[in-house]
Amino acid sequence: MKQDIILAGVGGQGILTIATILGTAAINRGMNLKQAEVHGMSQRGGDVQSHLRLSDDPIWSDLIPFGSADMILSVEPLEALRYLPYLKEDGWIISNSTPFKNIPNYPPEEDIYKEIRKIPNYVLFDADTLAKEQKANRSMNIVVLGAAITHLGFTLEEIEEAIKVIFAPKGEAIVEANLRALQAGMAAN
Amino acid sequence: MPKLMLLGDEALAQGALDAGISGFYGYPGTPSTEIIEYAQRSKQAAENNIHRTWSSNEKTALETALGMSASGKRAMVTMKHVGLNVAADPLMNSAITGASGGLIIAVADDPSMHSSQNEQDSRYYGHFAMIPVLEPGNQQECYDMAFYGFELSEKYHIPVLLRLTTRLAHSRSGVITKEPIPQNKMRKPEDMYQFMLLPAIARKKYQHHLELQNNFLAEAENSLYNVYEGEANSKKLGIITTGLAYNYLREAFKGEKIPYPVLRIGQYPIPEKQIHQLYDSCDELLIIEEGMPIVEEQLKGLAFPCLKPIHGRLDGYLPRAGELNPNLVAKAFLMPDTTGKPVPEIVVGRPPALCVGCPHSDTFLSLNEVMAEYGRGNVFSDIGCYSLGFMPPYNTINSCVDMGASITMAKGAADSGLFPAIAIIGDSTFCHSGLTGLLDCIYDKANVVIIILDNSTTAMTGGQNYTGYGKLEDICSGLGVEKEHIRVFVPLKKNYPEIINIYKEELAYKGVSVIIARRECIQTLKKKNKMETEE
Repeated sequence: MKQDIILAGVGGQGILTIATILGTAAINRGMNLKQAEVHGMSQRGGDVQSHLRLSDDPIWSDLIPFGSADMILSVEPLEALRYLPYLKEDGWIISNSTPFKNIPNYPPEEDIYKEIRKIPNYVLFDADTLAKEQKANRSMNIVVLGAAITHLGFTLEEIEEAIKVIFAPKGEAIVEANLRALQAGMAAN
Repeated sequence: MPKLMLLGDEALAQGALDAGISGFYGYPGTPSTEIIEYAQRSKQAAENNIHRTWSSNEKTALETALGMSASGKRAMVTMKHVGLNVAADPLMNSAITGASGGLIIAVADDPSMHSSQNEQDSRYYGHFAMIPVLEPGNQQECYDMAFYGFELSEKYHIPVLLRLTTRLAHSRSGVITKEPIPQNKMRKPEDMYQFMLLPAIARKKYQHHLELQNNFLAEAENSLYNVYEGEANSKKLGIITTGLAYNYLREAFKGEKIPYPVLRIGQYPIPEKQIHQLYDSCDELLIIEEGMPIVEEQLKGLAFPCLKPIHGRLDGYLPRAGELNPNLVAKAFLMPDTTGKPVPEIVVGRPPALCVGCPHSDTFLSLNEVMAEYGRGNVFSDIGCYSLGFMPPYNTINSCVDMGASITMAKGAADSGLFPAIAIIGDSTFCHSGLTGLLDCIYDKANVVIIILDNSTTAMTGGQNYTGYGKLEDICSGLGVEKEHIRVFVPLKKNYPEIINIYKEELAYKGVSVIIARRECIQTLKKKNKMETEE
């Protein structure tokens, strides 16, 4: 199996947590992993992305080549579009539809949705509301991950295992909230 | 042995810990910060009492590391590429004194300027100082080269420069670790002349340094990190790669065998033997290096071009600026473009900005009110989060050149008659490079107002401690700023009348004023509150 994933969002929205969870699940399977992150200046409310590459074979580049990402997994709709040059022809966009507006010229939401709907394979849904419904307000990112699981070739159990390990130090309640968020996201797919 | 998932920065730190390091020194700077941060978090480092605090700047860091090396122990100094300019003085001279305990100067370059003012290539400094340079191509090599770097350093008593780039420093992958080895014992130098660079001694030592060059070349030619893959289908082209370029090359060829001979360089000086072999057996050469075209320039010669074509960043096969990626490398082989759909036109930029609630925001907005009558062009600033004060809605500051330049540029402007001449500098930056500039102002009684943005941390790089914390008034007064012209305010909207009054009073004073705007960084405050609630 090989998965090249662009994780997209705005600094502070939790995309590196998604990377950690997917990475842990991949390593539990014995896969190879490379994950390029963005640090520094860009984290001051700017756009951030992470290139996550999982493969049974050796992985060479830390960066995903243009036109070859299997998925853009975005916690923010405008950010999902920023990385289209990376997406391959039959790749998936999985994106939260709730905008993060910290710029004065944020485009109309409907225009953004229209562009996402032009992609043959997409899931566009309101992960913020789903997270709130699950009383897991801070787990919007996990809801988005939930919607991506099956398209990435992982099982719910594999991702749940990773979540349990990663959130264990934060206590049982946080683990449970994230598992609820994950399942809600998976059902929304 | 265990396999850890580590950033390149972290792999280097873990390698140093396992290789028996006794101290890390450095000043935070993207993309190098995580080396020391990792060591600071490390249980292994704590248990073994490894020194790992931040230094005032890169120069003091390198000199301190040199002192630890002189005492026989292994030390590493970390910085970003522009930090090496600050440490250039001890760098050049430590090449002549040499090291005793292993000394690695780890510098993280930022091609494409993701978080930097320029994209200089630290390999030039290694070449300039004539010391061995190591350039890892993946996270495992970051780890392994810590061991190798210390050994090489101790074998020739020479500092070794280890060069990282952003994409490796900040990318994570599996790293296999080794059994840790113990630290060196403390011992004074056997040669009491070693660290004594009086001209008569320095001349001898420089001669010795020149004689060592053949050894460094031989080490590079026999290095495990300079790999010659000579078996190939076609000899039309020979390829030289450095750093991450080899990975992009393999990616461009989709992991298949490369049809041309490849020389992969990971240790400098450039291995002449292998390069001659490649040059002699191929019709043309293509040099793919991460950063500036240093290998390409060394091969070409300026006045006497080679007989065979040499391609790379200088002739447009690859872009002259910016970091490489698999597509740029593929393009150099005229492979078809794989780029997906274009970014839709409605996508707008989302530039970084001061955080909501940032104390700098109130300092800038209140200053704007006072400066309205003078127009723009009077406010010199510095490197840090506050350089975002250039952007709307603030448009407050007019310069950002290097660490400390706000104060000295304001002084120069005041010297030429500009009024008002205002400098804005962060608290950590002030301790890094502002103190001596302030002393210049005091010496000349310059008519400047210096605003120190004290948010109690090195905020831009994620909230590291700094050496002058809690001592800013004492430092300024100790340097000679008159007590009544050291003013402090809390940057909050409700305080605007008081703040504006302070600005006006100090602008009216003909001499050196220091105004300290003091409120903790909103990010470090949030982090602290979060830790308290979790406990």
